[in-house]
Amino acid sequence: MSTAPRADTAATGTPAFPDPRSSACPFGVSPEMRALTDRGPVSRVTSWGGSTPWVVTSHTEQKTLLADPRLSAVFSHPGFPSPVDPEKAGRATADMSFVGMDDPEHSRLRRMVSGVFTVKRIEAMRPVVQKLTDDFIDTMLDGPRPVDLVQALALPIPSLVISELLGVPYEDHHFFQTNSRTIVSATAGAEARHTAHSDLAEYLDDLVGRKTSAPGDDLLSALAARITAGEITRREAAAMGVLLLLGGHETTANMISLGTLLLLEHPAQLATVRDTDDPKVVAAAVEELLRYLSIVHLGRRRTALEDIEIAGRTIRAGDGVILLGELANRDPRVFPDPDTLDITRDARPHLAFGAGTHHCVGQPLARMELQVIYPTLFRRIPTLRAAIEVEQVPFKYDAVIYGIHELPVTW
Amino acid sequence: MKISVDEEKCCGAGQCVVIAPEVFDQRDEDGIVVLLDSEPAPDRHEAVRESAGVCPAAAIHLGENA
Repeated sequence: MSTAPRADTAATGTPAFPDPRSSACPFGVSPEMRALTDRGPVSRVTSWGGSTPWVVTSHTEQKTLLADPRLSAVFSHPGFPSPVDPEKAGRATADMSFVGMDDPEHSRLRRMVSGVFTVKRIEAMRPVVQKLTDDFIDTMLDGPRPVDLVQALALPIPSLVISELLGVPYEDHHFFQTNSRTIVSATAGAEARHTAHSDLAEYLDDLVGRKTSAPGDDLLSALAARITAGEITRREAAAMGVLLLLGGHETTANMISLGTLLLLEHPAQLATVRDTDDPKVVAAAVEELLRYLSIVHLGRRRTALEDIEIAGRTIRAGDGVILLGELANRDPRVFPDPDTLDITRDARPHLAFGAGTHHCVGQPLARMELQVIYPTLFRRIPTLRAAIEVEQVPFKYDAVIYGIHELPVTW
Repeated sequence: MKISVDEEKCCGAGQCVVIAPEVFDQRDEDGIVVLLDSEPAPDRHEAVRESAGVCPAAAIHLGENA
């Protein structure tokens, strides 16, 4: 998913997409993206290869469409808005598992893993995440200053947790973190992304194979048992492993680093997160950070399978549709004064995890990790501060999952 | 208030379990919603309405003077 150079759209008057975040506004959407909302809840853009998909900017219409089975998530559909050609996209679909499938096949595979992420099971893991967080902070406090918060805390904690859950050896973390970073990069090039994807899929395929003969108490072993039972192929199991491993650490790591920096910029709200004993206050703060930061940017993408009437427009069968979560999460009709960070607001209707059948399967885990890590970090290191100016922070303008490459902090 | 849930639509997010644990639960095997109380007492109505409102799949339906 590369960021194409801006097309010359003067002739059509159709704005170019994507137009990613810029350094003028690192925690929000660019003025050009925001201008899309002025064209209405549903309008056309000029995008990859000169295609003209629809963009959906409003909260109400996005929530409706994300739950509409007439929109397909299959990457290889000819109308699918993609910077990659359909044949390669089709190949990627097979490797990205149920995220690129429609029901009922999507649900059949997804429900093989979703039981691990029930609220009760995730709550049972909270003390483990608390202990891990305290251990990593101990190490930070014993080490030199400044330290990169991404490597010291943001990346290892979710990586360790998802590795443990899946049964992936954590000693391989450099391998899977590096490949994951390439896969979500917007500048790495199609070939490099494809190679990273293949390497990661091959690694998980090998691991699933080993779990078949020597199972443990983990999710990959459970999937290996389904292979033996003839319910899925080894390739399907490996693809689910790629999706969960990547989704389980890359996204949460970026929320930890970005959210920390954002709270450091808002000391009064940071103090509330740090000083409260009420888990509901922390939970609300996490929802607001998820809304405000909307790290899955540049859209959830679909193809219409039938004509769809919405907001006075007709999306035709075969048209591409891009649903911009970062704009839905700043929709003033749902979130008053949306550009103000307010950890006391009710941000729960946000679409940071999407909606409908593809709603992020790992979100209870992500929420719990964030609820533990932010307050623990600010309590244990009350004088924590960024060691560089915010203007110098290397934000991930070059990735489809937004975040921070490194965040030097001191105390 | 009469609640019904759509298991086909449910994506197992569990937000209803967080907000109204006396009314909603999740199946262990796949996280799909389990309705514990289809006609909850009035003091639980607000939490149920919240659950329906934030359900990402719009899988919770409220009927009869909801």
